[in-house]
Amino acid sequence: MSRTAETIDTAELMYPGHVGCPGCGATIAMKLALRALGEKTMLVIPACCWAIIAGPHPQTSLKVPVLHTAFATAGAAASGLRAALDRQGDTETTVVAWAGDGGTFDIGFQALSGAVERNEDFLYVCYDNEAYMNTGNQRSSATPFGMRTTTTPGTNWKRSRKKNIVEALAAHRIPYAATASIAYPEDLMRKFEKAKAMKGGSRFLHVFATCPTGWRVPSEMCVSIARLAVQTNIFPLYEVEDGNRYTLNFKGEKPVSEYLKPQGRFKHLTQADMKEIQEMVDEDWELLMRKIGLDPCG
Amino acid sequence: MKEVIEGSHAVSEAVRMARVQVMSAYPITPQTHIVEALSEYCADGRMEASFICVESEHSAMAACIGASSGGVRTFTASSSHGLALMHELLHWASAARLPIVMAEVNRALGPGWNIWMDQTDSLSQRDTGWIQLYCEDGQEVFDTTLQAFRLAETVNLPVMVVLDAFFLSHTYEPVDLPDQETADRFLPPFVPNIRLEHENPCAMSQMAPPGHYMEMRHAIQGAMETVFETFSEIEADFDAVFGRKYGMLEAVECEDAEVILVVTGTAASTCRQVVADLRKKGERIGMVKLKMFRPFPLEAIRETLGGARKIAVLDRNFSFGASGIFAQEIRAALCNHPGHPQVFGYIGGLGGRDITTDTLETIYRMTKESPEPARESVWVGLKEEE
Ligand SMILES: Cc1ncc(C[n+]2csc(CCOP(=O)(O)OP(=O)(O)O)c2C)c(N)n1
Ligand SMILES: [Mg+2]
Repeated sequence: MSRTAETIDTAELMYPGHVGCPGCGATIAMKLALRALGEKTMLVIPACCWAIIAGPHPQTSLKVPVLHTAFATAGAAASGLRAALDRQGDTETTVVAWAGDGGTFDIGFQALSGAVERNEDFLYVCYDNEAYMNTGNQRSSATPFGMRTTTTPGTNWKRSRKKNIVEALAAHRIPYAATASIAYPEDLMRKFEKAKAMKGGSRFLHVFATCPTGWRVPSEMCVSIARLAVQTNIFPLYEVEDGNRYTLNFKGEKPVSEYLKPQGRFKHLTQADMKEIQEMVDEDWELLMRKIGLDPCG
Repeated sequence: MKEVIEGSHAVSEAVRMARVQVMSAYPITPQTHIVEALSEYCADGRMEASFICVESEHSAMAACIGASSGGVRTFTASSSHGLALMHELLHWASAARLPIVMAEVNRALGPGWNIWMDQTDSLSQRDTGWIQLYCEDGQEVFDTTLQAFRLAETVNLPVMVVLDAFFLSHTYEPVDLPDQETADRFLPPFVPNIRLEHENPCAMSQMAPPGHYMEMRHAIQGAMETVFETFSEIEADFDAVFGRKYGMLEAVECEDAEVILVVTGTAASTCRQVVADLRKKGERIGMVKLKMFRPFPLEAIRETLGGARKIAVLDRNFSFGASGIFAQEIRAALCNHPGHPQVFGYIGGLGGRDITTDTLETIYRMTKESPEPARESVWVGLKEEE
């Protein structure tokens, strides 16, 4: 069933006046996520931009309870909170760990891996802006090949590939791992609803969230850049159930240069660099199609 | 009823009788027996609790933080490298004002790997905002663990119950274990002062800008200062039910003592023997067993030790580039006290080396015979060659 303006639940669980940058993709992600998850949600937020956006004491920009926690701990703290709620007979509340790419791919990876190996009953959301943005745009292992950050500056732009986090999570054979994008709100909200309904085990959503400030794109291009990431297959939308049942949600047709060119963070790339990136994207896409069981060219 | 059990199991029994609801821990020698017993209690239904088998101590404390914020009674246990790995979250737990209780088995830090008794691990966590209580024997471990939950939940600060590696954790002693109803009479179910809830959705442990941070820190110190009174009340209640009490510190034969030995943990038991033996020989020796290290019982220290002539502090720990940590604290506590005694610092028993009656007698004699402390710390029991 497709959504229309009438069927989308617009009850906002975020207050206006949060302190996200103009055009912040992570903020759009939260707004859409909470619409899908509803008020019986508790958030666990480690250090990241969202630890700021959620507001300083004594304010909050969210209408659901929030547990702020140390950078590496989202997976573990969410496990503890889940256990506490279960012990008190509350099985209704959805515990949602909400972390950046640094808190997920890097420093929090161990705690996350431990938690999903135990198949903890929670939803873990990584909003991915492809660097440590809170601290001023340093590289993470989610930073893509080709990006300049403040720790991969000048000619030392990042030469290693982005870690494939969904595959890493799927390899834990959790019930549900999927990608989503702020540019595809219906798809994103469907996935949050689906994840919410799949109680009893670990669910993981990898949400692409443009950071206009760090990526050096105009704030009004936040959503269109995210859309191009999907349309060029650099960020495919797909779902993995139980680590082995793959579903593709969208097939892109555009060349990656269309995605790379408008962004300041990739400004230094030559035609040859872009060709190299295109080859990587094609290779990743082929691998994904093989897992899905589709003909990569079909 | 008295049962002969290990020090580790004195902890586990107290945690069971405290009806802890969520536990999370990561194994490290010599803490393992504590958490193995608790895992069994969860498995066989003797405890209605969740035991979260995390992948590190950092996550163990994070899971306790999550659970405690959710409003249940929580417990963990660790030691040495495990405690060091938790460091970041020890700060987090106290500043979040969560009443988490931890058993910490004093063990040396590597390299070289050393699993034996040493206090540097817990004392390195001095400034994390945890209450620290050091125990002498299995009974005190049981009693203190049970009391720790009431203390933590009253003042909203986490409590570390500290016991010596092997000398206490793996030593079998008779321990008087109450029945569950008696334990319940002393320790009621946990009613959190704050927790995450939908009825009143709040943010916990969020960003605290300069306009708020200092007041929050000041409030933690305010809570620390109430610990002395709360601890004494809890001990009085405990005494009424169980007929035992320990005090923040215990003075033995101190009134007329020429030299007072200050000791902690199992060394206190050895020291009691030395005091008894030397008193028989006419020596004016006394002993103070320090139980509470954080908050530091300044008033009690000044009252008990302020009028003494010579104090000998035994530290089974060391702060490199300075001295023994208990000695530092005692010197600082007494320096503004008029006519304060001389404080002699002794380092001994590091990394599991024995503290025998001979060691303590040597310390007593050296202190008695020295007109004043020659050095900040004197290392006792060192081998000549090394
Ligand atoms: C243990 C620890 N190391 C470093 C930091 C500093 N720090 C805070 S947020 C952050 C980066 C967060 O990056 P990410 O998870 O990608 O979230 P984003 O800020 O991009 O939203 C860092 C390095 C910290 N808070 N804790
Ligand atoms: Mg980031």
